[in-house]
Amino acid sequence: MLLTLLAVVTMAIVRQRSLFGVAILAGIYSFVMASVLIVLDAVDVAMTEASVGAGVSTVLLLATLHLINSTETRPIRRNLLALFFSVGTGAILVWGTLILPPFGTPDAAIHKHVAPRYIADSVKETGIPNVVTSILADYRGYDTLGETTVIFTAGIGVLLLLHRARRRGRAVDEAEDRG
Amino acid sequence: MSLDLILRVGTKLVLPFILLFALYVQFHGDYGPGGGFQAGVIVASVIILLSITFGLDAAHRIAPQPLVERMIPLGVLIYAGTGVAGLILGKNYLDYSVLSHDAVHGHELGVFLVEAGVLVTVAGTMTALFYAFAERGR
Repeated sequence: MLLTLLAVVTMAIVRQRSLFGVAILAGIYSFVMASVLIVLDAVDVAMTEASVGAGVSTVLLLATLHLINSTETRPIRRNLLALFFSVGTGAILVWGTLILPPFGTPDAAIHKHVAPRYIADSVKETGIPNVVTSILADYRGYDTLGETTVIFTAGIGVLLLLHRARRRGRAVDEAEDRG
Repeated sequence: MSLDLILRVGTKLVLPFILLFALYVQFHGDYGPGGGFQAGVIVASVIILLSITFGLDAAHRIAPQPLVERMIPLGVLIYAGTGVAGLILGKNYLDYSVLSHDAVHGHELGVFLVEAGVLVTVAGTMTALFYAFAERGR
């Protein structure tokens, strides 16, 4: 049911020409995705998806639309090669999932590695009842440090791009004032 | 102006609770779903909501742009500094067990500091990006 809704929203995004509509639909997509993640019992991920995907990125998309033209131009010619590649990649990915163990199998490889130790010992070792938090911030601290650095880098990059343009705009204004 | 009245009053009523919820998500992340990342985004959404209803200047008064932009590296430094603290106290980088008198407390403290770092960076980045876009739109 939720996946059907997801497919419907995706089709709507593809068909939609107004970018304002696309931004709102992307928010709806994230919200449905968050519901799917809750059904899968991944509450932490669902929370991130709802706050980042449905919340902040919708606002940022709308803020970007404020700066640019808000209708998508029609493609000049149909790009069959791109269609072929995207369908092909999708087919390969689906084919790859066929050899995965069925969803929820307790003896899949991923449940045999370090997961049992984390579930058994993490409360004793870290004093934190939520295993997700203790794995993210403690056992996998390096990865989370990397993620934080990625956010830092992305933020600095976008700010540099936008600020430089702003400064240049100001310089142009001053030149016009002088001239 | 008068048409905005309901929006303005409603926003004013809701804002403190959103901020409180962000703090709940941050500090309850040890016990339930949540953590620095989600809380940071919620904090940023408080500022964004404020500037949508009351204008960019009102938001700048509460969260000045230089402060927000300095929060981005500050959070990473808090995170990395927690790792360095472990290094100075004689264990591996990002080993929290030496931060307090016993290992379990040390881990709790370490996770707390690290999550605070994530909160600061994420909230700073999201707010700074919104400011940057809104500035150019004017």
